[in-house]
Amino acid sequence: MTGESTSRSFIKSKNKYGWLFVSLALILLGVFLFYPIVYSLYLSTTSSKGIVQKFVGFGNYVKLFQDSMFILALKNTLIFFLIQVPVMLFLALILATILNDKTIKYRGLFRTAFFLPAVTSLIAYTILFKMMFSLDGFINNALLNVHLIKSPIPWLLDPFWAKVTLIIALTWRWTGYNMIFYLSALQNISDEIYEAAELDGANKVKQFFYITIPLLKPLILFTTIMSTIGTLQLFDEPMNLSQGGVTSATIGPGNSLLTLSVYVYNLCFKYMPNFGYAATVSYAIVLIVAILSIIQFKVMGDKK
Amino acid sequence: MKKHYSINRILIYVFLVFMFVVSVFPFYWMVAGMTNIAVEVIKGKMTFGNQMLSNITTLFTRYDMIRILLNSLKVTGFTVLGTLIVSSMAAYGFQTYASPAREKAYSIIILFMMVPFIALMIPLFRLIAKMHLLNTHSGLVLTSIASVFIIFFFRQSFKAFPYEIIQAARVDGAGEFRIFFSIFIPSMKSTYAAAAIYSFMSSWNAYLWPLIILQTDKQKTVTLMISSMSSAYFPEYGVIMTAIVIATLPIIIVFFGFQKYFVQGMLGSLKQ
Repeated sequence: MTGESTSRSFIKSKNKYGWLFVSLALILLGVFLFYPIVYSLYLSTTSSKGIVQKFVGFGNYVKLFQDSMFILALKNTLIFFLIQVPVMLFLALILATILNDKTIKYRGLFRTAFFLPAVTSLIAYTILFKMMFSLDGFINNALLNVHLIKSPIPWLLDPFWAKVTLIIALTWRWTGYNMIFYLSALQNISDEIYEAAELDGANKVKQFFYITIPLLKPLILFTTIMSTIGTLQLFDEPMNLSQGGVTSATIGPGNSLLTLSVYVYNLCFKYMPNFGYAATVSYAIVLIVAILSIIQFKVMGDKK
Repeated sequence: MKKHYSINRILIYVFLVFMFVVSVFPFYWMVAGMTNIAVEVIKGKMTFGNQMLSNITTLFTRYDMIRILLNSLKVTGFTVLGTLIVSSMAAYGFQTYASPAREKAYSIIILFMMVPFIALMIPLFRLIAKMHLLNTHSGLVLTSIASVFIIFFFRQSFKAFPYEIIQAARVDGAGEFRIFFSIFIPSMKSTYAAAAIYSFMSSWNAYLWPLIILQTDKQKTVTLMISSMSSAYFPEYGVIMTAIVIATLPIIIVFFGFQKYFVQGMLGSLKQ
C-alpha cells in the first residue's frame, strides 16, 4: 500500500479527515439521538405532575403492573403482533414463491401491483380504510351485495371488528413490501435445487416448506424483527382509525386499538402530562422489542 | 395428472387476480372519491361523479392547501438534501478512513437503530422546546438529517467502491474533500438516488414527530392536515379524498419514475 516513509504522517492526517467527515453526523446523533435515549432512561425514574418533578427510582416500573391502561395497551399490541405479523409474512412468502415461478404470466405487473400499497403514506391509507370500513361504507355494501353477510358488520364500532379492521389494513399496506425482500432472495436460489426436488417426487407444497422456507430463514428473521419493531411502534393507524383522530376520547371502541405508543403519546399530550411515567412506558417498549428480538434470534437464527 | 396440474394453475391465477384487485382497488377508489360528494364517498360509490372541480376548489380555498403543500415540500426538500450530505459524508468517513475508535462509534450508532422513536420522543420534544424550535420546520429538519439507517445504507453500498481510485487521486494531489465531492459522489449516483427516495418517502409521510412539534395550522404539513380533516365533526370526504390523492401523487410519480432505485434502496440495506 503506502510507502514506509510517508505512512506515519499520512495515517495521522487520514485520521483527522476521518473525524472531519463523520463529525457533523456524530454531533447531530449525539444531541438528537444519544442524549434523548439516555435522558429518557433518567426520566423514567422520576414522576412529574405539571412542573414538579421528583425522583421515584423503580417506582414507575412497579406502577406499570398495576396500571390497567398499560396492561390493556400491552395486550392489544401483542395481539396485533401475534396475529398480524405471521399472517402478513406468510402471505408475502406465498406471493413471492408464486411470482418467482417463471411460467407465470404478467409477473412484473403483479409484482408492481402488490408493492403499490407500500408507497402510500400511513395516514393516507388509514383514512382511506376508515372510509371504506364505515358502517354503510364500501366494504359492507359489497359484502351485502354478494350475500356474504346478512347485516352490516360494525367494523369500527365494535372492539373485536375494530381489531380485525386494523389487521386487514396493516396487512394490505405491508405484505407487498415484505414480498419484495423474499422475491429478491428467491431469485438468487438456483432452479436446480427445485428441479432435483421435483425428480425426487416432492410436490410444490413440500418444496415450499422444505426448500424455500429454510433457505429464506435469515431473511424471514430480518423481516420478522423489522415487523416486530414496527408493530410495537404502531401509532399512525390506531390513532387515525379512531372516531375523532388525535382528540378522540378512546382509541377505537372501548380502547380496543390503544397501543403502547399511543398510550405514551396520551400520557404526554392528552392527560395531565407525566413525562416521567411516559418515559417508563417507552422504555418498556424498548425492553419488549429487545426480548422479542432475542427470542426470534434464538428460534430462527442458527449460529449466526 | 396433467389435468390436476392445470386446475392448480387456474387456482393460482384466481388467487393472483384477487390479490391484484385488493391491492389496486383502494387507489381506484380514492381517485373516484375525488369526483364525488361526501355522502357518496362514505356510502362507497364506485363510479366517477362530477364534483372534482368543486372538491379541488374547496381544498385550495378553505384549507389553504397551497401553503400546506409548500410546507411539506420545504421540509422534505431540506431533509433530503441535508440527509444526503451529512449521512453520506459520515458513511464515507467510516468506510474510507477506518480506525478502531471510529469503528466503535459506528457499532454504537448501529445499535441505536433498534431503539423505537417513541423512546426518545419526550426528551427530544423538551430539547426542541428549549432550543426555541417548537412549531418551526427547522425543528423537523434538524432532527432527521443524521439518519442511522441511511448512514448504514450508504456504508453498505460504499464497500463496493474501488479504493484504488481514491489512492490514485491522492497521488495526483487532489484534496480529501475534493476527492469526495468531485470523484466519489458522481460515481455513486444510483446509491444517492436510492437514499434520496427513501429519505423523501419517510419525510413526506412523517406524522408523529410533526404532530408533536408543529402546533399552528400555518406550519402544518400534508399528513397533519389530512389527519385533522378526517377527524372533523362533519368530515368532507370528497375533499379528503382529493387531499389524499394529492399527497400520494408525488410518491407514485417517484415510484414509477425510479422503480429500479426504489427497490434497490430497500434491498441495499441487506447486501453484506
